[in-house]
Amino acid sequence: MSGIFNLQQVINSIQLGSIYALISIGYTLVYGIIKLINFAHGDFYMIGAYAAYFAVIFSAARKEHPNVIIVLLISMTAGAIVAFLSNRIAYRPLRYKPRLSALITAIGVSMFLEYTSSAIPAVGPSYRAFPQSQLIPERTYHMWGAVLTNYQIVNIVIAVTLMIILTYIVQHTRIGMAMRASAQDKDAASLMGIDIEKIIDFTFIIGGALAGAAGLLTGITYPRINPYMGIIPGLKAFIAAVLGGIGSVPGAMLGSYIMGFAEVFGMAINSILGEGIAYAILILVLIFLPQGILGKKTGEKV
Amino acid sequence: MSGKNSIMQNIVRFLKSRNGKILIGTFIFWLILYPLNKFNVMNNYWMHVVNVSLIFVILTVSLNLINGFTGQFSIGHMGFAAVGAYTAATLTTLVWKVPSHGIVAYTAFIGALLLGGIAAAFIGFLIGLPTLRLRGDYLAIVTLAFGEIIRVIINSIDFVGGPRGIPGIPRFSTFTVVVVVTVLSVIIMKNVIYSSIGRALLSIREDEVASELVGVDTTRYKVLGFTVGAFFAGIGGGLLAHLVQYINPLQFGFMATIYVLIMVYIGGVGSISGSIVAAIGLTFLSEGLRFGLDKLNSVTPFPVGPEWRMVIYSVLLVATMLYKTNGLMGDREFEVLIPEEEDENAKHSA
Repeated sequence: MSGIFNLQQVINSIQLGSIYALISIGYTLVYGIIKLINFAHGDFYMIGAYAAYFAVIFSAARKEHPNVIIVLLISMTAGAIVAFLSNRIAYRPLRYKPRLSALITAIGVSMFLEYTSSAIPAVGPSYRAFPQSQLIPERTYHMWGAVLTNYQIVNIVIAVTLMIILTYIVQHTRIGMAMRASAQDKDAASLMGIDIEKIIDFTFIIGGALAGAAGLLTGITYPRINPYMGIIPGLKAFIAAVLGGIGSVPGAMLGSYIMGFAEVFGMAINSILGEGIAYAILILVLIFLPQGILGKKTGEKV
Repeated sequence: MSGKNSIMQNIVRFLKSRNGKILIGTFIFWLILYPLNKFNVMNNYWMHVVNVSLIFVILTVSLNLINGFTGQFSIGHMGFAAVGAYTAATLTTLVWKVPSHGIVAYTAFIGALLLGGIAAAFIGFLIGLPTLRLRGDYLAIVTLAFGEIIRVIINSIDFVGGPRGIPGIPRFSTFTVVVVVTVLSVIIMKNVIYSSIGRALLSIREDEVASELVGVDTTRYKVLGFTVGAFFAGIGGGLLAHLVQYINPLQFGFMATIYVLIMVYIGGVGSISGSIVAAIGLTFLSEGLRFGLDKLNSVTPFPVGPEWRMVIYSVLLVATMLYKTNGLMGDREFEVLIPEEEDENAKHSA
């Protein structure tokens, strides 16, 4: 195969889509329960990338070989802690206030995380190279005319594993059942004895952890990090969540892969207009399917 | 004799009315600041900050018209400003190549500014159309996508410089021009809000279904709200282009919209006065923090980076939202911004 539509682009799309999927799941989970567009979610991802960066640097300084799983756990924990704290400090007091105030607060939290990171001398505002080769030595494989690196394989494998674990938690555990119940009807769920605030905390922790993992994966595959790296992927992951039907976890995954494909192929067709193609698809989908692809159609109560 | 007398009386009566007070207030404001700058008491830097803050008043009030008064959550506002800025700057700098002085040049500038507003209004009309089907967060994301698409398209047009932008735009937005255009824009938007159109917009915000049931053509008014808001965003963008004399697509990105959005919400949704206070206050706050940090830097033994400015800004933002959820002004207005006829209405309804 030659030209634009070849295997290489497909692999790149899947890899980009996996990163978007991990971020957009957090958006969709949080939105499902408290109806808040958490603009700071992209910054949880940035925190995860920096946590991984420092973990690798630290263990390299001690002449140890860092383990991918441990680094992954560190960045997931970092993302989860920041998500948990921002929920407790900023979003919880606004729970029963107008929704848009919470949205502006989310923007404030996002700016706070970005600028605090760049103000801290150890992080700084400039780009840093992610030491991915110290984490895993690079290997390349050639298959059917496409070049596949082991970074891409690690990226896709970790993302898919995490998504399977998440689906298991949401569908087959008690806390997952409580999450689904809260998303369906918060008041009824709390009458059934579910501690809503605990569920919201848990949702933020899961979302933050997945975003943190996405941060590490980005560090491995696109090894350049800075404190503002979360803005654009966060925006695109949010668009992906809306595209799939916000509030629906499979929808977020589907939307993310669509975004990944649209972006990679759009860029391949025209490198400047490509960025816009993803947005154009979004607008078309929403005009013809206002609830997103897998979203629930809700009638309007009068 | 009596005819001349009544003209004088009319003028006096107008000046005593609230619109007259706005006019007098503006004139005093101009009369104080203009000489201060002319005789170098206030340097050009702070004059620039004053101009920018006034332009942000236009942008904020126009976004408030869409978000606050019509209740349609739009987050692509700087896209409209980009259309206005690029149309106006392309006309003055690239097409007409007007000189930087003279009455003809200024006429051309005013024309370009209006055309920029009209172009933005047309785009606003196009974006208003999907609002027929979408609401809430879905609408927000579509406006965001439109705003980004506008930016991407501008990026790809070589005639307007693509990512390089347009340099060397003549500086037509002097203090006087900015003051006049800002006050005119705010008064026109205020009049729109207190007209029957404004009533229809408010009714859509309060309850779309109910207003449709009492016969408000909600579709038409929603699109109209977008069009008017976009028109003034375009005017603001055009002014900004002729103030900073250089534009590129990055200036009109998502973050720029966020700044305007913050001003709307800090000021108070559905309050023109709030938007004015917040636009001027936040512009000065963010510049003031710059100097505050410089002072701090000369005192502390360790360096304090410029990023702390935005850290403080964001903490203030979150704190305002936590402790004053409805913004500084809520939905209250300064008395001068409410038409006299409203007092009668308020009396009747009370």
